[in-house]
Amino acid sequence: MTVQRRRRDFVENEQQLAGRHTRGRIWLSIFQISTLIGVIILMVLLLTIINNSIGYSAVQDEVDPESLAVGGVPLEELPKETLVQILRENVSAGLFARFEHDQPVAERSAAEIYDLIQEYVISPEVIESWSLFDSLIRRDEILAIMQSQYPQAELQFISWLNWDFVRSQQSSHPEIAGVRTAIFGSLWTISITILFALPVGVAAAVYLQEYAQDTFINRIIQTNINNLAGVPSIIYGILGLAIFVRAFGYFTSGIYFGAADPSTANGRTILSAGLTLGVLVLPLIIINAQEAIKAVPNSLREASLALGGTRWETVWNHVLPNSLPGILTGSILAVSRALGETAPLVVIGASTFIQVDPQGPFSKFTTLPSQIYQWTVRPQGVFHNVAAAASLVLLVLLLALNASAILLRNRYSRRL
Amino acid sequence: MSIRLSIRHIEPPNKVMKEQRIERGTPSVGDLRKRPRPREAAIQSFLFLCGFLSIFITFGIIYELGKESLLFFGQTQWSSTNKPLAAAISADQTVIEVGTQGTPLQEGTLYRIEEEIVFLESTDGEMITVQRGVEGSQAALHSEGLTLQAALQPDLVEFFTGTEWAPHNGKFGILPLLTATLIVSGIAIVVAVPLGMATAVYLSEYATQRARNTLKPILEILAGVPTVVYGFFALTFMTPLLRSILGAEVVGIYNMASAGIVIGILILPFVSTVSEDALNAVPRSLREAAYGLGATRLETAVRVIVPAAFSGIAAAIILAASRAIGETMIVAIASGAGPNFTFNPFEAAETMTGHIVRISGGDLSFNSVDYNSIFAVGLMLFIMTLVLNIFSQRIVRRFREIYE
Repeated sequence: MTVQRRRRDFVENEQQLAGRHTRGRIWLSIFQISTLIGVIILMVLLLTIINNSIGYSAVQDEVDPESLAVGGVPLEELPKETLVQILRENVSAGLFARFEHDQPVAERSAAEIYDLIQEYVISPEVIESWSLFDSLIRRDEILAIMQSQYPQAELQFISWLNWDFVRSQQSSHPEIAGVRTAIFGSLWTISITILFALPVGVAAAVYLQEYAQDTFINRIIQTNINNLAGVPSIIYGILGLAIFVRAFGYFTSGIYFGAADPSTANGRTILSAGLTLGVLVLPLIIINAQEAIKAVPNSLREASLALGGTRWETVWNHVLPNSLPGILTGSILAVSRALGETAPLVVIGASTFIQVDPQGPFSKFTTLPSQIYQWTVRPQGVFHNVAAAASLVLLVLLLALNASAILLRNRYSRRL
Repeated sequence: MSIRLSIRHIEPPNKVMKEQRIERGTPSVGDLRKRPRPREAAIQSFLFLCGFLSIFITFGIIYELGKESLLFFGQTQWSSTNKPLAAAISADQTVIEVGTQGTPLQEGTLYRIEEEIVFLESTDGEMITVQRGVEGSQAALHSEGLTLQAALQPDLVEFFTGTEWAPHNGKFGILPLLTATLIVSGIAIVVAVPLGMATAVYLSEYATQRARNTLKPILEILAGVPTVVYGFFALTFMTPLLRSILGAEVVGIYNMASAGIVIGILILPFVSTVSEDALNAVPRSLREAAYGLGATRLETAVRVIVPAAFSGIAAAIILAASRAIGETMIVAIASGAGPNFTFNPFEAAETMTGHIVRISGGDLSFNSVDYNSIFAVGLMLFIMTLVLNIFSQRIVRRFREIYE
């Protein structure tokens, strides 16, 4: 009896065990697939951006360049005088006067005149663009569409991300729009962010790790910093709008420093943007720096104190130099967050269309992410290609920053 | 190392410093009191101020949001009733004839004709009796056909129950923005939590060291991609994908579902990293005990390790939710402009964050009702995320299992 039951139990157990293992294997594959999904999404994300930044475009000229050729000589080979003549004949008198005003035509080279003719007379326009994927797979269909719908246009294989794109200014024509203004704007803004947030953040971290006793006020500060790190970035944008742009507009617009014209200037400047982002990343820098300072062994502090160093001398000569790699790594990560941040800048910058490179902290600004946002929300599909190219530029910048953080970490991460 | 360990006397630095009495230089005999050190004190005060700045920032946020929100709730807005004057009126005429069209007028409330504010005493069909030039405005001539505007005061009850949001038209119900926010973050959580948890369990319980070393940085890259790029991704990849699967007539060009899914992808690495840390913090002995009792790997992970790390995982999920609620650019790009009170995730609707971005994206003039309204919405958003953050810290403290 007992033997039979035992045998039955054993058989059931065996069956159960097999079932349990099967379930284990099934779930393992579910876990693996879930993990892979993250990796796949990253690939798809990158492919989507690349897909949109390269591909066939239907380009149509407003004026056929061959009709401009004089005496059978193609436009590129014409002498400067003829080119000026063509330019004068084909643009309005006002526009020609503006060229003359910007830089006298006599001082311009033939190549520059040729560029002007390209932009304002021939004025090639992208009527429709296809993604890289479509360009490769549906080439015949595209050719058919070209023949039936745009017989005048020329099919070109365009990489929207090219050297001209990085070098030229913002424009309302997607073909010639570039990100130079936005890159300069981003760099200026980030510099101000670093100048403000790094010293203050590290000082606060030093205070909390090295000086603060366990008192009520210090606990409040610590909790508060943790909470600030979780506040949505757009709230910082609203704060920046109310404080830096509006309340301190007299200073942030540069009127106080005599750097701006009081009748037109307002607080929507690079300085306001940089300070807002500084406030935004401050909690992150503090928390990262605290971690780095925490990692410095106590024996170093004790040795310094035992030799008669004061508390500040200990911090300055021993704690900070030893935690510097950690602090820098954390700060670079915080700064790369600021570089990709869009929402607060849209709120304080009121997203203006800016074509002039920023001249200083009191200039109006646009940044790379705001520029991508501007282009993405435009209804014309061609601007999506430009937005994709700008996204690639932003990702490359961020990648460079993050890579430097990793290099720094690996280079100095000798354990103490 | 071992020698140092054996002689090291470990004490917290603060205590050591308090007790240190050795001064530099050669103190004269008999004077062993602690000397005042102005430089040290000044440095310490400066460092304290830097730490204290964070408190200022918090107060700045609360003060500004609160102040402008109070202005928002304290201001009278005017909304058109579409009810025209039937005939021109002179400055001292108190009985006015109005047209039949437009919304009915309410006795005992304020109306505005051009710049003049009138108080409506009684109505009798199309004839109304009013008090002219009240609230400090000037009674004036008005020509035929001008419409009356009703006074509207945003109040808290309407703010939380109204289903229409158009501050400049006197509609102050935040519900459309709130439901859109909750639907989008709900979708994000539904996407991110199962994937993130599964990833965390795989990385911490199954993966080899090598697999972990390659997979974790990839997930971190996912977290480092700027949100505006995700917005672009939502608009140019996720929305067309949804439209081709479910049909273009079901899914709008702008819709909450694609924004929600992409936000889920954004917070996925966040859920998985924090959960994985929590799982890793569970001591080895628990795993070994479970294996010793004959549990399979799955049973150990799901019935022992995950419950043991519950507090950390719950905190991760709540923090992820708070991040999803505050996420801005993805919804601003992909989920559509214009408040829309709907529960259909495939329709366009504006979230709280999306509304703030759209309103402030134009050249917003200070002291307009739109300017004040973004602060009211911002205050709501701030309170929601703050409550979630505090809640997650509570959970960590309350349910933390301490292993020695």
